[in-house]
Amino acid sequence: MAALETAATSVPEDSFVSDASLRPAFFEWLCRMGDNALILGHRTSEWCGHGPVLEEDIALANTALDLIGHTQMWLGLAGEVEGEGRDADKLAYLRDAMKFRNLLLVELPKGDMAVTMMREFLFDAFHYHLLTWLADNSKSPRVAEIAAKALKEVSYHLDRASDLVVRLGDGTEESHRRMQDALDLLWAYSGEMFVGDEVDAAMTQAGIAPDLESLRGEWETTVRDVLKEATLAMPAEAGFVHKGGKQGRHTEHLGFILAEMQFLQRAYPGASW
Amino acid sequence: MYAQLVKSDAIKSREDMSPEERAFQDRVDAGEKIEPKDWMPEGYRKTLVRQIGQHAHSEIVGQLPEGNWITRAPTLERKAILLAKVQDEAGHGLYLYSAAETLGVSRDELLEKLHSGKMKYSSIFNYPTLNWADMGAVGWLVDGAAIMNQVPLQRTSYGPYSRAMIRICKEESFHQRQGYSIMMKMAFGTPEQKEMAQDAMNRFWYPALMMFGPSDKDSVHSAQSMAWKIKINTNDELRQKFVNETVPQAEYLGLTIPDENLAWNEEKQGYDFSEPDWSEFFEVIKGNGPCNRERLGDRVKAWEDGAWFRDGLNAYAERAAERRRAASVAAE
Ligand SMILES: [Fe+2]
Ligand SMILES: [Fe+2]
Ligand SMILES: [Fe+2]
Repeated sequence: MAALETAATSVPEDSFVSDASLRPAFFEWLCRMGDNALILGHRTSEWCGHGPVLEEDIALANTALDLIGHTQMWLGLAGEVEGEGRDADKLAYLRDAMKFRNLLLVELPKGDMAVTMMREFLFDAFHYHLLTWLADNSKSPRVAEIAAKALKEVSYHLDRASDLVVRLGDGTEESHRRMQDALDLLWAYSGEMFVGDEVDAAMTQAGIAPDLESLRGEWETTVRDVLKEATLAMPAEAGFVHKGGKQGRHTEHLGFILAEMQFLQRAYPGASW
Repeated sequence: MYAQLVKSDAIKSREDMSPEERAFQDRVDAGEKIEPKDWMPEGYRKTLVRQIGQHAHSEIVGQLPEGNWITRAPTLERKAILLAKVQDEAGHGLYLYSAAETLGVSRDELLEKLHSGKMKYSSIFNYPTLNWADMGAVGWLVDGAAIMNQVPLQRTSYGPYSRAMIRICKEESFHQRQGYSIMMKMAFGTPEQKEMAQDAMNRFWYPALMMFGPSDKDSVHSAQSMAWKIKINTNDELRQKFVNETVPQAEYLGLTIPDENLAWNEEKQGYDFSEPDWSEFFEVIKGNGPCNRERLGDRVKAWEDGAWFRDGLNAYAERAAERRRAASVAAE
């Protein structure tokens, strides 16, 4: 339970939060950050009680818990920026799939532990470099503050995922094959992380977020080093086949995640839980 | 309780004890803790392995009924709290398997016995969780009943078990509070929420009473366990205490306990209440409860599906150790 901390009460001054001209893009961008955490957290939590070994059950639940915490921070700020009275819960529970802004990568079914850990690794490596930039350089103090908090946990997630990718890749013939299959499956979804659009351009322009393309080199270095140690072959293709999640065009999977996640809020509107 | 039907030996009289046994019993009577390296009667060790093992299995299987609602938790905060709670239960399993290991039985051996049906877990986890108020009822009633049993076990004679209980009890009271907090929201919420709360109460009341195990008159050989201080109170004592504490809480919530015979008894300063259906209890223990197949099936599947994962990690670790050995030989 130590993992459940209450958010700090003092909120730094941040003029971006009330900047009307920036509002639509800033809101979109914050939803992307929050939705990635929420949907990956959801997928990770599906393992609860079903892990391959007790220590993994605990670690997976812990990762999911961290990600839900990040969701509360990002979507909470998104609601503030939007200024229409929606809080993190309203955004999480009362938007339909086409309003969700997560990457396709994080909504794919959890698969086996190979898919789960490879997905987490590919995403964490991106998430880590993104949060590092945000914590160090974002001109929005609120964004920098959330990023710094999330970064502590995400660097641990990345360490753990990297370690498992190495050990399973270089484990038995079967674990190696499963990890390579997972990598080949997920690779085609990894490019979307680096494809910017007008929302990203507006965030870069304002100094809130980095040019995504600029993170690609660091991500590739991290990924290449780990895959090499794991004796896994980095796919040759560019990895841009599947994209659109950031703009609300999802796979068929997201609708089912939301049907499950939002069930109580939808079935009993206005109740308090 | 989490260990409801632990087989143990018939109690030995002092005259029948060997000198070692007598010295051991004196230490227990004096309130000393028995540690892993100390001499102990074989019956003590075996009974403890069964009891701690059952308890550990209960924590692990106990993840499943609540895990069932994590992806449907109605707010982000409830989701986070439930995740943290279920994560704690897995942690409890870990402490308890470690305590059992100090008695010379490995976690894998115990798991094998769980998976093959040779060892049991608490009957309570074979009941389904059907609506969100069940998350309240489980925390409030199930963790509540667990606390009744575990608080006295902090004083148990076996050191590692006692220390595991002390760590676990710190977290259990939070579990009960979060359950009661869900129950309050539901019982004081909309008519539909109140209906869910009452439905959960109706389904969980008797299974919660069963957690304490059969009535003392049918409880085999608990005298020896009590003499060894691996059982501190009788089943009926704990059940009575649980009812006495729970009834006012249910009244505060405005929920009806599904027992027409429930009444305050001034003379015994406690409630009179109906016994659960013990034939149902024994069916559940035998494997015929509403969710036995699903619960054990889930655990077995998780274990089997995870074989390649564990093998992969083991193969890597062995190779890494091999490399280290080769490197140290080369350095000489
Ligand atoms: Fe527990
Ligand atoms: Fe428990
Ligand atoms: Fe608990």
